[in-house]
Amino acid sequence: MSDAVTGTVFGTLLNFRGELEALGGKVNEPPYQAPPKAPVLYIKPANTWSADGAEIPVPANVPQVEVGATIAMVMKAPGEVAGFVLMNDISVPHASLFRPPVKYKCLDGFLGVGGTLLALSEAVDPTKFVVAVRVNGVLKQSVAFNNLVRDPARLLADVSEFMTLGAGDALMLGCDVGRPLARVGDRIEISAPGMGSLSNTLAAEAA
Amino acid sequence: MKHARIVHEGVAQHAIERDGQLLLDDTRFVPFDAVTWLPPLADTRLPRTILALGLNYADHAKELAFKAPEEPLVFLKSPSALTGHRQKTRRPAGVEFMHYECELTVIIGRQAKKVKRDDAYDFVAGYTVANDYAVRDYLENWYRPNLRVKNRDGATPIGPWFVDAGDIADPMALALSTTVNGTLTQSGSTKDMIFDVPFLIEYFSSFMTLRPGDLILTGTPDGVVDCRPGDVVVTEIEGVGALMNTIE
Repeated sequence: MSDAVTGTVFGTLLNFRGELEALGGKVNEPPYQAPPKAPVLYIKPANTWSADGAEIPVPANVPQVEVGATIAMVMKAPGEVAGFVLMNDISVPHASLFRPPVKYKCLDGFLGVGGTLLALSEAVDPTKFVVAVRVNGVLKQSVAFNNLVRDPARLLADVSEFMTLGAGDALMLGCDVGRPLARVGDRIEISAPGMGSLSNTLAAEAA
Repeated sequence: MKHARIVHEGVAQHAIERDGQLLLDDTRFVPFDAVTWLPPLADTRLPRTILALGLNYADHAKELAFKAPEEPLVFLKSPSALTGHRQKTRRPAGVEFMHYECELTVIIGRQAKKVKRDDAYDFVAGYTVANDYAVRDYLENWYRPNLRVKNRDGATPIGPWFVDAGDIADPMALALSTTVNGTLTQSGSTKDMIFDVPFLIEYFSSFMTLRPGDLILTGTPDGVVDCRPGDVVVTEIEGVGALMNTIE
């Protein structure tokens, strides 16, 4: 995995407009009662990190997992972005977004982290990012980052209102709807121009 | 033994408590108020995982109008939320309700995966006190409690001491209390936890590996009140320590 990622990895929920559209009127119903105001974040702790090429263990009681292909911005210093890396934010599928998703998202190995940092420069336009997601070589999803609720700069500003992202911290831009499902034995490859590819194979967890 | 991490004469270092003073590794004694207190935790190679419980005391769950959870309500915090003893925590401008939460904190000592309840204490290195402040104005019902409420910079004081596990005979029978400007506002006992320490270690390690230095903040009992700038908040756990923080 990119050696630029050394700190806390944060994920962002509901940063794709499609996620909110998919929820529709439910955002105003219990238990949510209202659409989100601040960025909705979660943490992928270090036990979840998997390098490119690593097998990701799947417990026997998890028949399939959801593939959350995304891009994370990685910090060089507070307020200063080093660049962008691919991430594969694996989840146990779950419907409720009311409570923090620790038991769905924090399993060992459940975050693929790409090895290639696309350094921030004037030539890098995050609205043009497109990530391809392949399962066993078959294209399953194409994620375009031109439809975010908060673009990277705005997301970072709104998060920084209450917490400081320091050197090595990473903030995922979000996972769009249409996340592919995968199971033990499947090889997941996500790729994006300038960021290389990130491949991980799902393997049955050792008993 | 009670261990601290402090800055003295510009040097971050380890110290222990001895006769009401700090004993530095170079054998000098210094008073508690002559140093800057850091979280009492050694550095970890990977960022430490910080698990925190919500609604883990029946009375507090009732106070907040929730029925007791059937499984642990857990959220994660990042190391940036931590600050030391005798530090300040900022109350955002314009908020109505910011409260402390006095919590027994477990410091993991050995890598833990699929640990059974009966073995759980073997994986505990020690205990400390955390004050898991919450700014309730910012609560939203998405991944609640959300990070804007619970993961604010420096809004989780922790310390003063890392107390060796062997020094705490029964972590499930410790008095907890909080004072605000000297007035007792919160009083409880760890015996009233819904999910006790062995349960939590078994539960978390059933799906994730805990590593040395990881933390479990075990929740808070009844009696949280609003704190205003200038308030001095002392969260104390019997035998573990009294953690002081000032709201600014």
